[in-house]
Amino acid sequence: MSMKDFNFDFMRHRNPIGIGSIVLVLLSVVLLATRGLNLGLDFSGGTLMELHFDQPTAIEPVRSHLQEEYFSDAVVVHFGAETEVLVRTREQLNQQEGEAVAESLGQALGNPADPLRVEFVGPQIGQELREDGGLGLLAAMLVVMLYVALRFQYKFSIGAVVALVHDVIITLGFFSLFHWEFDLTVLAAILALIGYSLNDTIVVSDRIRENFRAMRNVDPVGMVNLSLNQVLGRTIITGLTTLLVLVVLYFFGGESLKNFALALIIGIIVGTYSSIYVASSLVLALNITKQDLMPPVDLEEGEVQEEVPYS
Amino acid sequence: MNKYPLWKYLLVLAVVVFSFVYALPNIYPPDPAVQVTGQSSGLEIDQRTLNRVLSALDEDEIAYIGEEVSEDGNSALVRLADDQDQLRAKDSIQRAMGFDFIVALNQAPTTPQWLQDIGAQPMKLGLDLRGGVHFLMEVNLEAAVAGRLEGVSSQIRTLLREAGIRYLTAPELDGRVLEVGFRSASDRSEGRDILAEQFPLMLISQSEQGEAYNLELQFSDADLFDIEERALEQNLTSLKNRVNELGVAEPLVQRQGRNRIVVELPGIQDTAEAKRIIGKTANLEFRLEYDPNSPELREEFEYLNDGAGFGSAFLEVDHIVTGEEVSDASTGFDEAGAPQVNITLSSEGGAEMHRATRNAIGRRMGVLFLEEKSETTYEEVNGELVPVVETYTDRKIISLATIQSALGVTFRITGVGSQGEASELALLLRAGAFAAPMTFVEERVIGPSLGAENIRAGVSSVQLGLLLVVLFMFAYYRVFGLVANIALGVNLLLLAAIMSMLGATLTLPGIAGIVLTLGMAVDANVLIFSRIREELKNGHPPQSAIKMGYENAFSTIVDANLTTLIVAAILYLIGSGPVQGFAVTLCIGILTSMFTAIVCSRALVNLIYGTRPQVQKIWI
Repeated sequence: MSMKDFNFDFMRHRNPIGIGSIVLVLLSVVLLATRGLNLGLDFSGGTLMELHFDQPTAIEPVRSHLQEEYFSDAVVVHFGAETEVLVRTREQLNQQEGEAVAESLGQALGNPADPLRVEFVGPQIGQELREDGGLGLLAAMLVVMLYVALRFQYKFSIGAVVALVHDVIITLGFFSLFHWEFDLTVLAAILALIGYSLNDTIVVSDRIRENFRAMRNVDPVGMVNLSLNQVLGRTIITGLTTLLVLVVLYFFGGESLKNFALALIIGIIVGTYSSIYVASSLVLALNITKQDLMPPVDLEEGEVQEEVPYS
Repeated sequence: MNKYPLWKYLLVLAVVVFSFVYALPNIYPPDPAVQVTGQSSGLEIDQRTLNRVLSALDEDEIAYIGEEVSEDGNSALVRLADDQDQLRAKDSIQRAMGFDFIVALNQAPTTPQWLQDIGAQPMKLGLDLRGGVHFLMEVNLEAAVAGRLEGVSSQIRTLLREAGIRYLTAPELDGRVLEVGFRSASDRSEGRDILAEQFPLMLISQSEQGEAYNLELQFSDADLFDIEERALEQNLTSLKNRVNELGVAEPLVQRQGRNRIVVELPGIQDTAEAKRIIGKTANLEFRLEYDPNSPELREEFEYLNDGAGFGSAFLEVDHIVTGEEVSDASTGFDEAGAPQVNITLSSEGGAEMHRATRNAIGRRMGVLFLEEKSETTYEEVNGELVPVVETYTDRKIISLATIQSALGVTFRITGVGSQGEASELALLLRAGAFAAPMTFVEERVIGPSLGAENIRAGVSSVQLGLLLVVLFMFAYYRVFGLVANIALGVNLLLLAAIMSMLGATLTLPGIAGIVLTLGMAVDANVLIFSRIREELKNGHPPQSAIKMGYENAFSTIVDANLTTLIVAAILYLIGSGPVQGFAVTLCIGILTSMFTAIVCSRALVNLIYGTRPQVQKIWI
């Protein structure tokens, strides 16, 4: 396999595709506002059940019976001794329901179980952490905008941050649409996605800046197209290797990593696309020019810049 | 042109050796253990304490496989053969040692001595992978209500005094009812009007008892519910803060049922210390010294340390402010070199303090240290020993000092004891006081929340994923792919070493996060290699193509990684709990991957190709 010269006219259809992006984001926002996220035990709280078995029991059969028959999200742990088991689930259960679950467990395992305690538990992630988290993301985006504006130019920082928000919102939109469970693991995935999305956007922006500085008299659209094609090889390979790992995690990583992998698979596909059609399109829409990107000494304030013909 | 100076090669080599050594402790699994510390941080644990522990175990015929006393004299530790023995040992030791000691379940590292000597320690595994300890704490809601009623009682005294109404009997607490006695029916109706205006939500009723015309105040059921609810929420928040102050990553703190809170800590090193800090209900109260000429009520207190004075002193019953008004606390030293605690009050607390001390210059102000203590005795019920917990509040004077000038938002208190006690007090004040005292009602070891099957699947899929990436890189980039893979291996080692040194806690999502940073590390090399290929295609000879590839890709890699690093740093600063843990992993991952992808891979490429200036073809 060797690297070919790519020559796609990515920017040709940027307007209809851009509208598509806006529609997707709006749809996701509407979904999140109306349908919301299917929050996991970490966020919602639920019921805690302490079971006492007559005989020592292994955890695995208890877990699989509960997950198949009752709660797909049941967290089951040994509690101090081999005969004691602690179960946590999002479902709201009362004493009778707890007893019914215990009885069915006892029958299935041939080991009578007794519910010593059936109580509600609060969320692990409280309101304050959610607010802190939201504030943190907002602050992070502001600082990123500032950094990119200083290192590149403010047009790029708008592109980068809009692409980032775009990726996160659409990924969350998928979770809302399909009602996939959103727990701490998925939150971790979303944070990781922010890293990936930025990384990808900056690599593309960096090439655009380099080409603008190095070449003369090429129209911005052609320049962006050239840059995208130049980094396309890297974009494909990095995207593929990361997706490779995630697909493996999705199919073989067990229940606990499934949604983590899913969030990232969606996020990375959307993120790769947005580096091209959101970040780069926006930079063009904001009328990026060669002068925007020359080192600061060349950019005298008030200097009239020659308009480059726009195609 | 593609040569590194010798020191760079040596640097890379040093980093590899260093990370290998510090990652090494992770291959030794920990022993189940029981740890013993003193109830107060001043109590020293020595060989004699350990001997008592060991004889208790011998008596109950519990075998142990190791024992040690910590060097700072704060704790002793006994290693057990298995989890069952661990539980029995804890009960047996607690019974033998009494309740001046905290006995906690623990997991003791088995890191060889030479590694411990250089400060190497294993990473901890999170609740999902290894399990940990589970504490169940019960919140005393009665005390929360009583605390609120005491506040109301002191307000009532002030209100009545200001209105010039004299009461026959001062407000007194009878269960959940506050009773005030007046001399006449007219005094009572005046008083009732004032109190009804001030406390519109309280239920007020009246009764006569001999000479006295009584008013009874109590909270409505809805208020009671509200007070209890808020006490629980505040305790929950304080507990979370304390656990975070302890530096325990990935804990679980959650409410259970009406009045209980669950705290689960991953198999941490110093559970006894954690238990002491978590369970301590300590607070401060600032009160003026009793003045024989004032109408205030007085109360007698003993001194906490002999250093503050002998015997006891009288203070006013009403406090100026309490520890709840403290917004920040830190430790320092006074002129004589004794530890002190620097206190910053909230603005309301500061105003209150200023108002009270402005008119009291020359008088003395006492700092009271309140500690909720519990005593457990064992009672025999049906032939089984059942622990019975009784709690009481212990109030002692820390310091009694003359007020030199009006105090404001910041001031310091001295006479707090040792450095250890000072910093513990500061931590507790910083994390927030409990609105109601709590007691431990249960302590158990819990198993991992993920099944063995799940963990196995997770770990093996991570391995498989990495293997596929390694194979892909080799197939696509040949020699350079090999270089990238070696750099990836070094990266993994370095990451493990740094996370171990920081004492980070590893969870399954954390592992997946690491895999992702490895993906980004691969990306850095992909960027470089794509660039080299490009330069080759542009007609540059191999040597200069390599050089240009690395140089041109450098700014891209730095920009991309720095931006992500900024996000991670901010998430760390603002986020808490699991978000912080993830941010740390991401930060370290970015830094190590930049180092390995740029410096390590270049060193390897230079070693392979730099020595052959005339090389015509490179495998990329």
